[in-house]
Amino acid sequence: MDSDTIVEARGLNHWFGSGEARKQALFDVNLTLKRGSFTVLMGPSGSGKTTVLTLIGCLRAVQDGSVRLLDHELNGAAEAELVALRRRLGFIFQAHNLHESLTAAQNVMMGVQVHGGVPDGLAQQAAIHALGLVGLSDRTTYLPANLSGGQKQRVAVARALVASPALVLADEPTAALDKDSAAEVVDLLKRMGEARGTTTLLVTHDNRILDRADRILTLEDGRIVKIEERG
Amino acid sequence: MSRLLQALFGRLPIGWLQLSHNRTRFAAALAGVAFANVLVFVQLGIMNSMGAATLRPYDFFQADVMISAGDANALADGGNVARQWLLQAMADPDVADGTGLFIANVPWDRGEKDISLTTFGVDPAKPGFLSAEIAGDIGLLQVQDAAILDRLARGLGKEEAAAIRPQSPLAFETQGRTVTAYATFAGGGGFGGDGYMLVSDQTFLSLFPARASAAPDHILLTLRPGARPEAVIARLKTLISDPSLRIRTYTAAAEDDLRYQQTKRPTGIIFGFGVLIGVLVGLVIVYQVLSTDVADHLREYATFKAMGYGPRFFLGIVFEEALVLGIMGFVPGLIVGTAILTLMGAITTLPLAMTPSMAVSVFLGTVVFSAVSGAIATRRLAAADPADLF
Repeated sequence: MDSDTIVEARGLNHWFGSGEARKQALFDVNLTLKRGSFTVLMGPSGSGKTTVLTLIGCLRAVQDGSVRLLDHELNGAAEAELVALRRRLGFIFQAHNLHESLTAAQNVMMGVQVHGGVPDGLAQQAAIHALGLVGLSDRTTYLPANLSGGQKQRVAVARALVASPALVLADEPTAALDKDSAAEVVDLLKRMGEARGTTTLLVTHDNRILDRADRILTLEDGRIVKIEERG
Repeated sequence: MSRLLQALFGRLPIGWLQLSHNRTRFAAALAGVAFANVLVFVQLGIMNSMGAATLRPYDFFQADVMISAGDANALADGGNVARQWLLQAMADPDVADGTGLFIANVPWDRGEKDISLTTFGVDPAKPGFLSAEIAGDIGLLQVQDAAILDRLARGLGKEEAAAIRPQSPLAFETQGRTVTAYATFAGGGGFGGDGYMLVSDQTFLSLFPARASAAPDHILLTLRPGARPEAVIARLKTLISDPSLRIRTYTAAAEDDLRYQQTKRPTGIIFGFGVLIGVLVGLVIVYQVLSTDVADHLREYATFKAMGYGPRFFLGIVFEEALVLGIMGFVPGLIVGTAILTLMGAITTLPLAMTPSMAVSVFLGTVVFSAVSGAIATRRLAAADPADLF
């Protein structure tokens, strides 16, 4: 694994359930994500996209095969190591999952304070700066209930990116957005990724996003069936 | 509040923000905690008042040692003690003086309502056995059928009581005799009667012809200065040949009485259970609020988990919420509890009042039961699986 490689999965298999109900979701998946790349993972529902995302994101235990993330082998890694690795990642979900009782700035601060020992003032400054980058500098004190869908997702993007993560994992981040908001969010991810060297792995069904990708991986029935280099 | 908690926890006060976000639910939760506090305060207040009421008559007298019948668990309970043991006790070189104490309740027909006065028959020639307030008037009891009346007795008007003086005594019928009160002292209603009355032992025996002067309810002894009560009691136990008698220091007798009232009498046990139920109600209310709150925010918690927040962070939020509920619910509970106890005290003349020790102990108890509820509620956090977010 060279220093430019952020993620390297080899011979990755995964199963759900047990006994007779046990079903294999991933079959010998191999993939590599390079630093600063913008990769789109496509495929029909149930093809295993989310499973790949959760395994790389340290949210599920690797059962078989190898996943190396930021020079750490995830297969057999201790929970504490997985938690520590997750702090170096940025997550964007289909639903914004913002905390309803925290303001936009406070939600973004949570992305900084997870690292501990960051003074409040500094965390707040970073949050306001990140919100400025996503065009919400005039909404820092707003609660999520007072933001539009696109604004909420932009807050979620700011939260994911505020601590300059090595890798951003995004699951259908534009699914609930209109065309303009979707383009805005993806452009933002791409732009901030390029500026900060952040690697992005984005799961989507949204064809509007494809022309922004450096690489498109297509997953079907738990297998990568197509790799399209666009960069 | 936010800034205070932020400085206290060194992070965003998410628990407080979460609770205060939904103000209606927050107010209901605080009302619930306050209600539990009021329950505990009222039960504790009654329990304490029972204690104060139990000990109050002991303050009317002064003694070092008390000799009672074996079954005399309380001042007004149990059989009599033969006066011969008083004479026997006086033989001890360290016993300075002794007297018999007679106790019984007399009814007083007040027209609308009968009241019951716990009546003490004392030797008017021995003021040394009485509290300073009563001893000053004890000479009045030399007159047959004279009494010193409890001016705080339930059912006795304040003005009526204030008018009682040697020159304007109050006469009333009881036990078929006319008793005349020439003076008053501060007593107050208890659980065994509506108030107190002191008469001479001779008047007492007139009121209760069945009682004999040779058999008072208790024998009070005072010791010579420097005498060790324990040593005297040990000698008295060998000197007095009736092994069934209880020979204790006066203080120990009062403590035994209090313990008996609180742990053996149904009233004490009931009030004790009342306190327990109040605590349980508080525990359930706080648990319900916290566990609903955790359930409502599972997605947010799962998001935080995905971001790399560990179990201590989530425990911190739930404990923060528990503390906020406990502390903020305590304040209205204290105010309402104080008001109710004051009102009940005024109506019943029982010594019902909020005491600093009650307030402190209930506050600490509230914080503890809130924390326990929080600890139980954190079990629901396990359901926040970040993998489910995708």
